[in-house]
Amino acid sequence: MNKRLVLFIPLILFLVMGALLYKGLFMDPKILDSALEGKPVPAFQLEQLEDSGVIITNESLKGKVSLLNVWATWCPSCKYEHPYLMRFARQKILPIYGINYRDERALAIRELNRQGDPYTKNIFDHDGRLGLDLGVYGAPESFLVDHNGIIRFRYAGPIDQRVWNETLLPMIKQLQAVAKQEGAS
Amino acid sequence: MMKSVFKLMGAILLSLTVISVYATPVDIYEFKSAENQKRALELAHSLRCPQCQNQNLIDSNSPVAKDLRLEVYQMVDAGKDYDEVIEFMTSRYGDFVLYKPRMEPKTYILWLGPIGFLVIGLLIGFFFVRKQRISQVEDQEISVEEQKELDRLLNRDEQ
Repeated sequence: MNKRLVLFIPLILFLVMGALLYKGLFMDPKILDSALEGKPVPAFQLEQLEDSGVIITNESLKGKVSLLNVWATWCPSCKYEHPYLMRFARQKILPIYGINYRDERALAIRELNRQGDPYTKNIFDHDGRLGLDLGVYGAPESFLVDHNGIIRFRYAGPIDQRVWNETLLPMIKQLQAVAKQEGAS
Repeated sequence: MMKSVFKLMGAILLSLTVISVYATPVDIYEFKSAENQKRALELAHSLRCPQCQNQNLIDSNSPVAKDLRLEVYQMVDAGKDYDEVIEFMTSRYGDFVLYKPRMEPKTYILWLGPIGFLVIGLLIGFFFVRKQRISQVEDQEISVEEQKELDRLLNRDEQ
């Protein structure tokens, strides 16, 4: 009886492999794990987009849970994302910092004047050095940063209402609760 | 006639190789030494572009690949060794950028899996062959009495 069962092992192995490979067909190879989750925002010292006299550093981001949003005027998906960011900014849930990535200052300012500015502050990353340190491989990308300046989550691709409701908002709520607790004690 | 065809084919092949040599993006970067250049190019070839997946840093035209390529060149020229460059890349872009995964608990199945399958295959083969041999030996163990009985049964109908 046992010997008969042994004969089924290859079939079972085949089915398991088949199931795994079938699942692989529906996985998006573009979604990469961020190597920076759990690590602090890399040190930077960059000009504010709107005012080259103001320097923003990684220390400026500490204190509050915030969202870092990498964007550029050359990026079509950022234009899709923009109205959603405007909506989230109006709700005043958390500060949204823009990282203007490999862009021209004049173009970026004009875009914000025309389409509206959802950002609390905009960091001007003309050379893409901060983007490189953040492991950015395309825009838009967003990083959820906790009150200690630690990156908690990276989302590659445009944020829309669904991503916000299902993924980001629950995490923001949780991080803000932690921040409040630590602030009180 | 045949000769000229060969000549033509040769010319086409030659032009193809020339094109492929110059098909990589041209960067203006001067290395401190030829040895640095060789090492940096080797490194850049072994790293995957995070933007256009399935192209290495040399093949890819994307801005990210260009930045990373230059970063690798500069690090090599600054005297950084292989591990430092790899660490720089993986701490930003993750293990994904490595074409050759590192040996660590997470990748044991990747590295040792094929060996495991080979061992399983050999074991199955070994037991299968041994079983076959045993049954062959059993086939020959038929006694004279049994053979007589068999013949009697086979011939019964004819009588």
